[in-house]
Amino acid sequence: MVAELGNFALVLALCLALAQSILPLVGVRLDDARLMRSARFLASGQFVFLSLSFAVLAWAFVAGDFTVRYVAGHSSLDQPLLYRFTAVWGGHEGSLLLWVLLLGAWGVAVAGFSDSLPREMLARVLAVLGMVGVGFIAFTLFTSNPFERIVPGLQDGRGMNPLLQDPGMILHPPLLYMGYVGTAVVFAFAMAALLGGRLDAAWARWSRPWTTLAWVFLTLGIAVGAWWAYYELGWGGWWFWDPVENASLLPWLTATALMHSLAVAEKRGGFKVWTLLLAIVTFALTVLGAFIVRSGVITSVHAFATDPERGVFLLGLLSVTLLGSLIVYTWRAPRVGLGGAFAGYSRESLLLANNVLLTVACAAVFIGTLYPLALDAFGLGKISVGPPYFDAVFAPLMLPLLLLVGLGPAVAWKQANPGETFRQLRWALLISVVAGGLWPLALGAWRPMTALALMLATWIVITALQDIRKRLGSARQPLPVRLRKVMRPSFLGMHLAHMGLALVVVAIAMVNTYEVERDVRLAPGQSASAAGFDFTLQRMERMRGPNWEADQAVVQVARDGHAVARLTPQRRYYDTHAGMPMNQASLDRAPTRDVYVSLGERLDGDAWSFRLYYKPYMAWMWFGAILLALGGLLAACDKRYRLAGHRVTRTPHEPVAARPREVASR
Amino acid sequence: MIPRLFCLLLAWLLPAGLAMALAIGQPLEFASEAQQRQYDTLVRELRCTVCQSETIHESNAELAADMRRRVHAMTLAGHDADAIVAFMVQRYGDYVRYRPPLQVNTWLLWASPFLLMLGGVLVWWRIVVGRRSMAERPGFTAQERAMLDRLRQADELRRS
Amino acid sequence: MTLRMLIALAATAALLGLLFMGLGINARDLPSPLVGKPAPPFVLESLEDASVTLTEQDFIGEVALVNVWATWCSTCRAEKPLLMELARGGIPIHAFNYRDERETALRYLSVSDNPYRTIAYDPVGDAGIDWGVYATPETYVLDAEGVIRYKRIGPLTRQLLLDEVLPLIERLRAEAQRASEARRGAPT
Repeated sequence: MVAELGNFALVLALCLALAQSILPLVGVRLDDARLMRSARFLASGQFVFLSLSFAVLAWAFVAGDFTVRYVAGHSSLDQPLLYRFTAVWGGHEGSLLLWVLLLGAWGVAVAGFSDSLPREMLARVLAVLGMVGVGFIAFTLFTSNPFERIVPGLQDGRGMNPLLQDPGMILHPPLLYMGYVGTAVVFAFAMAALLGGRLDAAWARWSRPWTTLAWVFLTLGIAVGAWWAYYELGWGGWWFWDPVENASLLPWLTATALMHSLAVAEKRGGFKVWTLLLAIVTFALTVLGAFIVRSGVITSVHAFATDPERGVFLLGLLSVTLLGSLIVYTWRAPRVGLGGAFAGYSRESLLLANNVLLTVACAAVFIGTLYPLALDAFGLGKISVGPPYFDAVFAPLMLPLLLLVGLGPAVAWKQANPGETFRQLRWALLISVVAGGLWPLALGAWRPMTALALMLATWIVITALQDIRKRLGSARQPLPVRLRKVMRPSFLGMHLAHMGLALVVVAIAMVNTYEVERDVRLAPGQSASAAGFDFTLQRMERMRGPNWEADQAVVQVARDGHAVARLTPQRRYYDTHAGMPMNQASLDRAPTRDVYVSLGERLDGDAWSFRLYYKPYMAWMWFGAILLALGGLLAACDKRYRLAGHRVTRTPHEPVAARPREVASR
Repeated sequence: MIPRLFCLLLAWLLPAGLAMALAIGQPLEFASEAQQRQYDTLVRELRCTVCQSETIHESNAELAADMRRRVHAMTLAGHDADAIVAFMVQRYGDYVRYRPPLQVNTWLLWASPFLLMLGGVLVWWRIVVGRRSMAERPGFTAQERAMLDRLRQADELRRS
Repeated sequence: MTLRMLIALAATAALLGLLFMGLGINARDLPSPLVGKPAPPFVLESLEDASVTLTEQDFIGEVALVNVWATWCSTCRAEKPLLMELARGGIPIHAFNYRDERETALRYLSVSDNPYRTIAYDPVGDAGIDWGVYATPETYVLDAEGVIRYKRIGPLTRQLLLDEVLPLIERLRAEAQRASEARRGAPT
């Protein structure tokens, strides 16, 4: 009975979403304030019912209601409570429910934090979000209903895929979906701006924090996925250029471009049409990603159980998104102005170059991902496009971008002088060249690409620090005041994120060049060495977890005779999936290297196979990712955006009531 | 989104139950470091054809193990990388190569990043030139401005 | 502007069309580059008798099927009644017993029907790689000259037999007939 309640709540949410996508627009048309305001209540109502629906599914999992097909297929009684809960998004149907729930949450957030938006604008934004909601809730309800029953019910479920019974699973999908769904908000702002014909700096200012926030979640989602693959699953890699991974990278690339072009749109009124297109494309790419993951059109290790009907529905959604926005764009965009002029060497032109590089990179990944499909569709052959291709194509596009990251913030808007920039940055340049040249020498082989990458990473960090110092020193005010000025969140956020990127680059360059991976055979008491570390297998033991058994190896790691760490990699056999052993790698982290052991199969006698890894600078990648997200978060929270909003609120219909807070904060 | 769900093979492909574990087998012996390097490169560029999307290095499928064994054996027998890849392609098609060969049906794939970059640079150039000329239009040169000033002064003088 | 919009519209439509076509194709339909090539050589023990050595020559001579099977493969069991029908109908079926235990395989065949004329024992999948085997079951059609003319990855079905395999065998037999007549006729 309870499951039906969840289903019912979902139906109600769909109805509200439907109303939310129509009434506010009618309100705008008739200039009816009440109808426009209804959007906010509808968004809240939709979120309430989505939460209810989600709660019901979660309850079905926790209580073990195996008459629900989805619950029976993705959990079992012996699973720990936490994983019975996370199993809610462990499969296609439930993950979609999470998706629409988060979409509802974004809607409520937009409704709640946008007091400053003109009401027409807000009504339009929420209406577009309502339409997106209709699409995805209908998709859930009609093709992937998680509340479907099986008769008769089962005593116990099949159990969740052991691979997903992992802390990474708790965080990765919600974060990534928050990012995906956040792009819908960005899209909604763009569409609302188009519909209202109001594509000005104010629009850029309103959508900037939302874009940045969506980007932060996207970044975190991708990073946690990478961390999960690297740490928990014992593959030793963090990025495989799998089609589904690419599907998450594509909107990340365009969202990154979008954040930067929004800066131009806001500060200088330029690139507006382009910015708009980026916003639309970013959202379309997330829908495309959903299509790739959930339709089975491209084989991927991540793919959900697939079903052509779902594919057709998602393709319909994608078509409506693309064609709909294209039509609105054709109808409205020509009214948009061009924005301010700028010289060939100016921050605008560099940001434009940034956008070109990011877009080209995105297009290259896009083509690489879909090319096999295109060949297959036309019967021109069956090929695979994998890491060797993407590595070869992606890196050369990213290197000039890194140069721009350091250069951009140092160059003035409108018009700048290359000689002046050079004078300003010559020391930074010198330091980076020296650091990039010498750093690899400290580690071993000197390779040009590695040296170049390290040089550019250093360049980014040094120029960022220099810029911060310049701000600190320029004003003739007491230090606390200057600090406050420099610590303007958006300024600091930008540099933090850039430095985070630099750390990620260092990690990638180091790991790709200097990692060591070795397969060895060890019996208790034997040892092997890799990258200067000695690994001794002390003993093998048998472990019992809540719903698994494991062979566990106790491996002593030493360097030059000094013990460094004691690692305990496992090979787990889950009760529900005894035939599928799972690796649980064990690693020892240090600031400049990880040492990492995976346990393989039992070989002859009491010997086991092991894979030993030495991964230099891996910690920098995770720290860099955190900095990236933190920088974005700081920038998104900049008060400037909220203040800016208040100023434009005063539409003639709505006399501004006394706003003491605003006055005080001026 | 669910990272690396292993070879979830179709039912008919499944032996008793597929290991979800890493493919870590008996460590291999090589006659030289060059052979080891060749093997390490090749297993990362060949696709496990029955898996969803994995190299034979990563995959724990039996076919991947067979392919690794064959790559190892051929490497030891002195075949070079091209010969081994050709052997695999003969049996499994271009599908087995994660590094697509440059041929009629892939030239567009390999050329597209360069074409895109070229297009990108052109677009950048056009926009920048456009905006720069826009900057020049409303502005005046110093000479013009001086002339204007003089005219204005003359005007005021006349009026007063 | 309108031209640009038309281009954008066309590109979008093309992308959507491509994705739609993508839904129609089975991404798992794998290529069979060996079709049209001679049967790859192998040297394996016979399943029934370890002292007998089989090579590809034992598979060649008349139009025949080559089936790759194993006892651990449930779909192979499911497909066997069809193979029995073919064998009773006079179509020779050779086989690779793939990645299996000899004992288990022999016991399995002794308690159930055996459609196979010759069975090569391939315990570690050596010939499997040479023949480009993805997974069991797999079925090849060889013509009388030993050239692979068809390959099916996955189980045979009645529909598939009626639509593709049997017509092909008929055609190949007719070809072989003509060829041998031509050979016989040529000297005279």
